[in-house]
Amino acid sequence: MLCARAAPWYRVGMDCPNAPLPLLSGRVHEVGGPSAVAFALIRARQAGSPLFWIRPAWLGDQPLPDGLAGIIPPSAVIGVATATETDSLAAAEEALRDGAVPVVIVDITRPLSLREGRRLQLAAGAGRSTGLCLIAQGMGSNAAETRWHCAPLFDPESGDSTLMRWEITKNKKGTLGVWHVRWNRTAHRLDVVSPVRLGPGAPAEPGEGALRP
Amino acid sequence: MRGPFALSLRVHNRDCLHALNAEAERAGLSRGMAVSEARAFCPGLVVRAATPKADAQTLEALRRWALRYCPWAACDGDDGLVLDITGAAHLLGGEAALALDMRERLGRAGFALHVGIAPTRGAAWALAHAGGGLAPEGAVRTHLGPLPVALLRLPPETDAALQRLGLRRIADLAGAARAPLARRFGKGLLDQLDRAFGDLPEALSPAPEPAHYGVRLTLPEPIGLLSDIEAGLARLLERLADTLRAQDVGARALCLTLRRVDRQAQDVPLRLAAPMRDPARILPLFARGLETVEAGFGIDQLRLEATVVEPMPALQAGSGAERADRIEALMTRIGTRIGLDHVRRFQPRDCHVPERGFALVAAADEPACGPWPPRPARPLTIFAPEPIAVRGHPPSGFTWRRMRFTIGRATGPERIAPEWWQPPDSYGLRDYWRIDTREGRRLWLFFTPQNPRWFVQGEFL
Repeated sequence: MLCARAAPWYRVGMDCPNAPLPLLSGRVHEVGGPSAVAFALIRARQAGSPLFWIRPAWLGDQPLPDGLAGIIPPSAVIGVATATETDSLAAAEEALRDGAVPVVIVDITRPLSLREGRRLQLAAGAGRSTGLCLIAQGMGSNAAETRWHCAPLFDPESGDSTLMRWEITKNKKGTLGVWHVRWNRTAHRLDVVSPVRLGPGAPAEPGEGALRP
Repeated sequence: MRGPFALSLRVHNRDCLHALNAEAERAGLSRGMAVSEARAFCPGLVVRAATPKADAQTLEALRRWALRYCPWAACDGDDGLVLDITGAAHLLGGEAALALDMRERLGRAGFALHVGIAPTRGAAWALAHAGGGLAPEGAVRTHLGPLPVALLRLPPETDAALQRLGLRRIADLAGAARAPLARRFGKGLLDQLDRAFGDLPEALSPAPEPAHYGVRLTLPEPIGLLSDIEAGLARLLERLADTLRAQDVGARALCLTLRRVDRQAQDVPLRLAAPMRDPARILPLFARGLETVEAGFGIDQLRLEATVVEPMPALQAGSGAERADRIEALMTRIGTRIGLDHVRRFQPRDCHVPERGFALVAAADEPACGPWPPRPARPLTIFAPEPIAVRGHPPSGFTWRRMRFTIGRATGPERIAPEWWQPPDSYGLRDYWRIDTREGRRLWLFFTPQNPRWFVQGEFL
């Protein structure tokens, strides 16, 4: 069966930010994969501003505010540039425990020990705010509430697509699952869509717009 | 300092003598003389640059010191003080005793001074500038009479004109007919004369006392426990907060100085993300700084100063302000650990090159910008351009970070030229393409036509 693109069957709006994708507030979650940043920012947008984004200053990949503007207003992002991983964790713990910001994003560059993971969980529980750790492949901590793997998907239909595959690979209080989602830049809304199949008769051919330098 | 010595000041592109010692004056030098001229007169002259700002600070300190004699003291010009000692002189045993006491105390500190005491401000000024003196009540005219007219605080041109008319002393001026003088020089000259003689009133307006944001606590016994220091700090903060509240300001930076028994002092600075004056909120922010304090044999003095203050008008209580307060307090706490400059936010810059289209500014110093200016769709993250090997022509795939990609869709090109006023980079013109790969990644590639190569610079949402 060919199912190139289906209508969104569920819209994740501001009124029910976590349905149907589970993301308990007051807990720390982990996100990995190439689209982890997009996942974290979309979740932050749904939870409200401002957003604390704690990342080591020496990381090569830098967020570009012109690109962030499609998800979250860049003025709502407060970046904390730390020198060491310990500073990152300390700042994250402080921000989570305070509870003044609904979402705290932390770039994690080494595997967290169980003790560090638990401390972040306790801080998030005390402040009722959500922590999102951006991790590299295989760097998860056992203390994480959920772990997500997010990757972009090729969308043969649209040229300005934001189709992603969000997979929950660890869940302490629920089931695992896979969702295909699309971020609506104009309505700032997350549309959950049914999976796109790239079968042998898929409509779009590679190299649709020929690339001629 | 032995030998002729002078301070020079640059006025109108010319170095002039600003102040000189007695030996230099004996060598025939005077204030306002050009330095080169003075050197010609007196080859052994030692000249240093004057610092008028420091002079003003010293004079201000002297003014505060002079409040020990009377409650009204003001600075007069850049080298004088004027004190209203009415009703205060008898406390030191009379006017002459007061002048003697002042001369003695300042003499010990290394200041040379002339004290003039008279019933009017103008007369006291004239006496002080004539080398000092005391004019008792009712004897102003006799004491001022032999002094030159310039001591009436006249403009130099009026003084010169009076000299030409032969009115050299104040007595000459007082004896002259008033009507022709008023016609010739205007009312100002006669007003100055009347002020000096007390026929016209002259008010003394001392500068308002600037608020002082420093408090200290000296202890009879040294303390060493963290809880004791915190208790002392809490009492200091209460007192400081009262001053801050009275002036409608909040502290942006604080410095706690802990003096130990062995006279060593340790500073605990604290920078705040927003003006604050609530002791209960500032106290926990000091916790991290206090941990580093070395108490040694004990601390016997605590001094707290608000080194930077900013206006902080009273706000109506509301949920919005409270939330902003909490976020600023959080930024301060994080800032005490990693430095407040590392808590940053984005600000748009007017530049078409994407990586230079924004600035990272300290979040505490700059308010949040308004809506972000509309710009073309850009990647979510960027990195330093990474060269890639492209397969085929036109390209059908490439390898990046040891991953093979097949091009599913390409959107572009968008040509971005470098800014000519910036130092040239190694890329030159760039043709940007948005590449949707079959593998899913949506990458931002550019091609440099002047030096045909491909680079990856960013990744889209």
